[in-house]
Amino acid sequence: MNVAGLIFSNIHDRGIPEMTRKRTMASIPFGCRYRLIDFPLSNMVNADINTVGVVTHYNYQSLLDHIGTGKDWDLARRSGGIKILPPYIAAYENNVAGKLYSNRLEALIGAENFINRCKADYFVLSDCDVLMNIDLKDVIDTHVQSGAHITMVTKRVNAAERANEYDVDAVEIADDGRILSVSRQLPESGECDINTNILVLSRGEILAIISDSLRKGYTSFATDVLAKNVKEKNFRAYRYEGYYSHIGTLESYFASSMKLLTEEARHGLFGIKNRQIYTKIRNSAPTQYGANAVVKNSLIADGCVVEGTVENSIIFRGVKVGKGCVVRNSILLQDTSIGENVQLNCVITDKNAMVKDGRMLSGHESMPFFIGKGMIV
Amino acid sequence: MLKKKECVVMLLAGGQGSRLYALTKKTAKPSVPFGGKYRIIDFPLSNCINSGLDTVGVLTQYQPLVLNDYIGNGLPWDLDRTFGGVKILPPYQGYSGADWYKGTANAIWQNMEFINRYEAEYVLILSGDHIYKMDYAKMLKAHKKTGADCTIAVIDVPIEEASRFGIMSTNEDGSIYKFSEKPKNPDSTKASMGIYIFTKSKLESYLRADAADPNSSNDFGKNIIPAMLAAGERMMAYSFEGYWKDVGTIASLWEANMDILGDPPVFSLHDEAWRIYSRQEAAAPQYISADAIVKNSSMTAGCEIEGTVINSVLGSGVKVEKGAVVEDSVLFSDVTVKAGATVRYSILDSNVTVGANATVGEAKGNGVEIAVIGADCVVAEGATVPAGAMISED
Repeated sequence: MNVAGLIFSNIHDRGIPEMTRKRTMASIPFGCRYRLIDFPLSNMVNADINTVGVVTHYNYQSLLDHIGTGKDWDLARRSGGIKILPPYIAAYENNVAGKLYSNRLEALIGAENFINRCKADYFVLSDCDVLMNIDLKDVIDTHVQSGAHITMVTKRVNAAERANEYDVDAVEIADDGRILSVSRQLPESGECDINTNILVLSRGEILAIISDSLRKGYTSFATDVLAKNVKEKNFRAYRYEGYYSHIGTLESYFASSMKLLTEEARHGLFGIKNRQIYTKIRNSAPTQYGANAVVKNSLIADGCVVEGTVENSIIFRGVKVGKGCVVRNSILLQDTSIGENVQLNCVITDKNAMVKDGRMLSGHESMPFFIGKGMIV
Repeated sequence: MLKKKECVVMLLAGGQGSRLYALTKKTAKPSVPFGGKYRIIDFPLSNCINSGLDTVGVLTQYQPLVLNDYIGNGLPWDLDRTFGGVKILPPYQGYSGADWYKGTANAIWQNMEFINRYEAEYVLILSGDHIYKMDYAKMLKAHKKTGADCTIAVIDVPIEEASRFGIMSTNEDGSIYKFSEKPKNPDSTKASMGIYIFTKSKLESYLRADAADPNSSNDFGKNIIPAMLAAGERMMAYSFEGYWKDVGTIASLWEANMDILGDPPVFSLHDEAWRIYSRQEAAAPQYISADAIVKNSSMTAGCEIEGTVINSVLGSGVKVEKGAVVEDSVLFSDVTVKAGATVRYSILDSNVTVGANATVGEAKGNGVEIAVIGADCVVAEGATVPAGAMISED
């Protein structure tokens, strides 16, 4: 059985404009050394999926840089491997006011060529906004055995936590796993099952969806493909029980990052045997802690020099924290440089940001203070 | 069709490194870990690529499995090339018989074909025993400029240590008139670094003559260099200034590891202009818990620290549990120090487990020696491993 992957790199960009101004959702740095695409991509590679298409939309330079040849995921292959799918030119023709690929369906139509050319019997679709380490082999096996038209990976979440986000589908699931309804309306309280946007479907099904959409002028995957056909077609849920965290806003980026300081998250994402999360290897030196460094409850990448105090923080590669600094509850992205005697609390610094000596900056968990890429404070 | 290469590098990586005892029981010296995420051979290999030399033959002999696996296709050093790149050159069976490499010179002689394939004009010979950063391109430029037949890199050593090295006596223009291997009364402080550049035609003829001599020990230092000097070939010394450390003994390996610590470190690995490359894994970032104390130390991906780590260098995946103390030590990858255990002034090889409340080594001080534990050993709960111990089996 031949399975290919299809990753949508831009779908949720608008939820987190601070970090997607100069990059795709897929290339948002996360967890000291990763980018969000590493999670769906590693899940696919760990399920022996060797052909992966990455649908891009705009701003994908950083994504190209990150993926390179695909070697770090073992996807630099003569046959198959990773293919970046740039926006399909025909999409521009139907496009008024730069609304290129305004939704998942249009993106899928843009990927038709890739789908047609690769020899896969089944496709796994995924977005880049969820952090999970899932056994996709089991999802695919379940899909094949059940004979479903589409298998959707679902997760039970607290509805209130997701109320502020775009594009969340609540699903109603029967006891036998059949999906009864798909709706954009989340219950106001309590728990509900939601669509993680990880879908498994056959080649025939995916091509039928594309041709239907073109013929009937569908505009939304969730309403036109899923919700409208839920009665006639056999859509089934695969209830994922493992570690799950979601990034939809800067606030949830902050919360998802801070969750990495719990053992549950670290082991749920990085501690599963034979299911590593891979990323681009950057050749950094080991991290060096100075004689006066104080480091507590923090996750730290390689290539850093820490001379001050770091608590409850996530420190990316190549970050420098000078003497006398106190960094608390903060996320410092790669190559951030913090001078001496700086105090930070609930701050997110994007790549190459710089905070000069003696500055004091503070945000709040619900509204972290964000310093953009390359900004100097 | 192979592309011509002006200079081919031959890296002698067959040495056993017997003075590293337990650490080289299962692996050759060049593949001994260093500085948390490197192996000794990363230094000459990174120097090569940083010097623009992209064709490297690695001569292996002793316990080559780890080394072969580590070098692989050369990708981490950007040496996975269509033209050139890194090639492992083990001893082989030929038409006239099969031979182990009998000496350093013999190893090169048996692989003359590799050098000739690239029509190289110069051959740079390196060993995999030292920690240093050096621009070989500058040395090659000097070799060409002086029109030498052989250029030998030398470093100034204190006169009292000179009798441990091969010493070059030079004229004012840098030409060598005398070479003495470990002289009792040295008349110069210029020690050979074991780095040679030969003009290929000369090298080939001297190796041929050496191979025909049944009494030769087929060694560069003992045979080739003296023979060339005696024949009056143009031999030049190339002075190198900077950090250079032979890590052939337990004590020097420990010292070199400590040299990467401090502010500023004696030997910096954070040098953007001269990066050292190594084969790395995609391990999770290091986690330092709320109870941990980390001072003046270096650590890398996959480490989980809940105890105390002071003045130490940790490899990837090291776990230091609650209440455990690691001080003045070098821990290779995947070492676990269980709760309440103490490790002081020690070197622990990969995958060692120190049981709960066990004690390894003794606080660094006068007359205290380094404790060494070989790969995969388990120190039982509550056990004591004394200072200076050399353990290779449970």
